[in-house]
Amino acid sequence: MSHMDGPGIVIVGAGPAGIGAADVLVRAGLRPVLIDEGRRPGGQGYRKSDPTLGLSLGYARAANYKRIHAVFTALETQIDYRPETLVWSVDGRAAYLAERGAVVDAGLSYDRLILATGATDKIAPVPGWTLTGVYTLGGAQVILKDQGCSIGRKVVFYGSSPLLYLAAAQYIEAGAGKVTILDTTPFARKAAASLKIARAPSVLCNGVALLAGLKARGVTIVSGVSGLRIDGEDGRVAGVSFQAGRRPMRLDCDAVAIGHGLRAETQLAELAGAELAYDATFDQWLPRTDADGRAADGLYLAGDGARIGGAAAAELAGRVAAMACLADLGRSIDKAELIRLRTRRDAYHASQEGLAQAFAWPRHAFADLPDETVLCRCENVTAGAVRAVARSLEGVSDINRVKALTRCGMGRCQARMCGLAAVEVAAAARQEAAEALTYYRPQPPVKPIFIPEPALSEV
Amino acid sequence: MEHGTDKMGTSPGQLHRLCRRRTPDVTFSFDGVAMHAQEGDSLLCAITTLASHLRVHEFDGRPRAGFCGMGVCQDCWVWIEGGHRVRACTTQVREGLRVTTRGPLLPGMGAETSA
Repeated sequence: MSHMDGPGIVIVGAGPAGIGAADVLVRAGLRPVLIDEGRRPGGQGYRKSDPTLGLSLGYARAANYKRIHAVFTALETQIDYRPETLVWSVDGRAAYLAERGAVVDAGLSYDRLILATGATDKIAPVPGWTLTGVYTLGGAQVILKDQGCSIGRKVVFYGSSPLLYLAAAQYIEAGAGKVTILDTTPFARKAAASLKIARAPSVLCNGVALLAGLKARGVTIVSGVSGLRIDGEDGRVAGVSFQAGRRPMRLDCDAVAIGHGLRAETQLAELAGAELAYDATFDQWLPRTDADGRAADGLYLAGDGARIGGAAAAELAGRVAAMACLADLGRSIDKAELIRLRTRRDAYHASQEGLAQAFAWPRHAFADLPDETVLCRCENVTAGAVRAVARSLEGVSDINRVKALTRCGMGRCQARMCGLAAVEVAAAARQEAAEALTYYRPQPPVKPIFIPEPALSEV
Repeated sequence: MEHGTDKMGTSPGQLHRLCRRRTPDVTFSFDGVAMHAQEGDSLLCAITTLASHLRVHEFDGRPRAGFCGMGVCQDCWVWIEGGHRVRACTTQVREGLRVTTRGPLLPGMGAETSA
C-alpha cells in the first residue's frame, strides 16, 4: 500500500471536491489514495473532453475549470491516483474495489475516508421517458464531451435546472441541430430568487450571460411547462406534447434530454456510517454532517454527494473536509484559512438554495402522472403499481416495503433513477409529504460488478 | 450492407457525430453485423451512431439505447464475447470485438454468445 509511511487516507471521487481535498493533504505532506471511477479526473461537470476529438467548448476555457485541472496536474505524482476504479462497498474501515470492471480480492484499508462521490441527474419521469432517444441532461453532456456526438438532430431540453440552459448552450456551441428548452418552472420564480442566487455573484452573472446568449441565438425557451409527454414511433422519440400555461402545444423532435437538478450519490456514505435526513431545499435525502463535513468517526463528506452546491462549492468543501481530517489526526491547521474557506463555500451554498427555488422540483406533477407510466426503468414498474401498493401499506413509512412488493427501485441502478419519484408517487397516493417516508437503503455492491468464474467456484 | 439489416432495422442511428476523432478506424461486430468505429469511441457511441438501439428490455421487449451516459442507470448493458455483460457507455470499442444484444445466461432470451 502506498500510504504506509503515514495515516492512510482514501478519497473517493476525482471531481473538484476530491481534487481540493487531495491538494490540502499533499500540502500537509501526506500521500492520499484518490480513487476515480472515471478514466480522467474532473468528475462529471468538469469532465475533460476527449483530446482526440479536438472539441473546444467554452466550459473548458473557464478560469475555474482550468485551475482545478492545473491543481490535479501538479498533484498527480504526489498521490496514488487510481482511475477506472469503482468502490463497490465500504465495510470495517476498508474500501472494496473493482479495477476496470474486475473485482480486487483484498479491501483497501484506511484510517480516514473522504467521500466526494458527486451527483447525477434528479429525474421526474414523464410518459414516454423509456423511449430510445431520451437521455438525462448530464448524459447528453457526457455524450457530447466524451464522444463528440449529439443525442439527436432536433433536441428538446426538458425539466428545470441550470443545466438545462448550460447543456443547450453547449449543444449549440458544438454545432448540434435545433435546440428547444422547456422549463417546468415559471419565469417569475427565477426573478424572485435572483437576490438569493446573487449570494455568489458569479453564479447569477454566468446564468444571465447564458440566457442572453441563448436568446441571441434565437433558441426557443418556454417556461412554466406542464403535463409533458414524449410521443414515440417504433419505440423512438418523435415529439413532445405539453402545456405552456393553459395552451396545449406539440413539437417534433428526435431526442429529449431530461433533468430536474442534481441527486446526491449517497450510497457509499451510508454504508460507511453516515445518517441521511430529508432536505426540503433540495427535495431529497442527504447525509448529515457537521460544518466541516464530518459524518461519522473517520468519515468526511464533500461536494455534491454531501450537499448540492456545484463545482466551486465542491472544491471548497473538499478543502474544508481535508482540513477537518488533518485536525482530527492531530495535525496543526491554519484556522483562519479554514474559516475563509467555509465562508466562501457557504456563499455558494446560499446561492444554490436560490437556484433550487428558481428551478423547482415538480412535486405537484407526481399525483397526475398516468397510472400506466413506467417509474422504474430497470424493472418496468408503473406509477399505478406503486400507488396501489403504497395505499395498501397505509401507515407503513418505509419505501423499502413498497420496493419489496412492487420491485420498483430493485433493479440494477438501485433506485438512482426512479427512487425520488417513487417516493413522491407513493406519498401523493396517500396524501402524505415525501419526507414522511424513509428512503431507499443502499446495498453493496453499489453498482453491478463482474465476478470472475474462479471466485464464484470458491463460494 | 455494412450495418443494420434485419435486427437493427434500416433506421438511422440515434447519436450524431459532430466531430471526427483523429484516431484509427476499428471494425467490430454487433449481433454478427460488421460495423466501423473510431478508436476511443464508447460502445454506446460506436453502436448507436449507426443503430437506433442497443438492446431490448427484458420485461417489455421494447428497445433501449442508454439513458444516463455515465455508468449509473445500467440501461445500456450489452454482452461481449466470452460472456461478459458490460455497460456500453463506459466500455470502449476494440478492434475485432464481438458485441451482442443478448447474453448466454438468460433462459428464453437466446444464446448468441459462445461461453
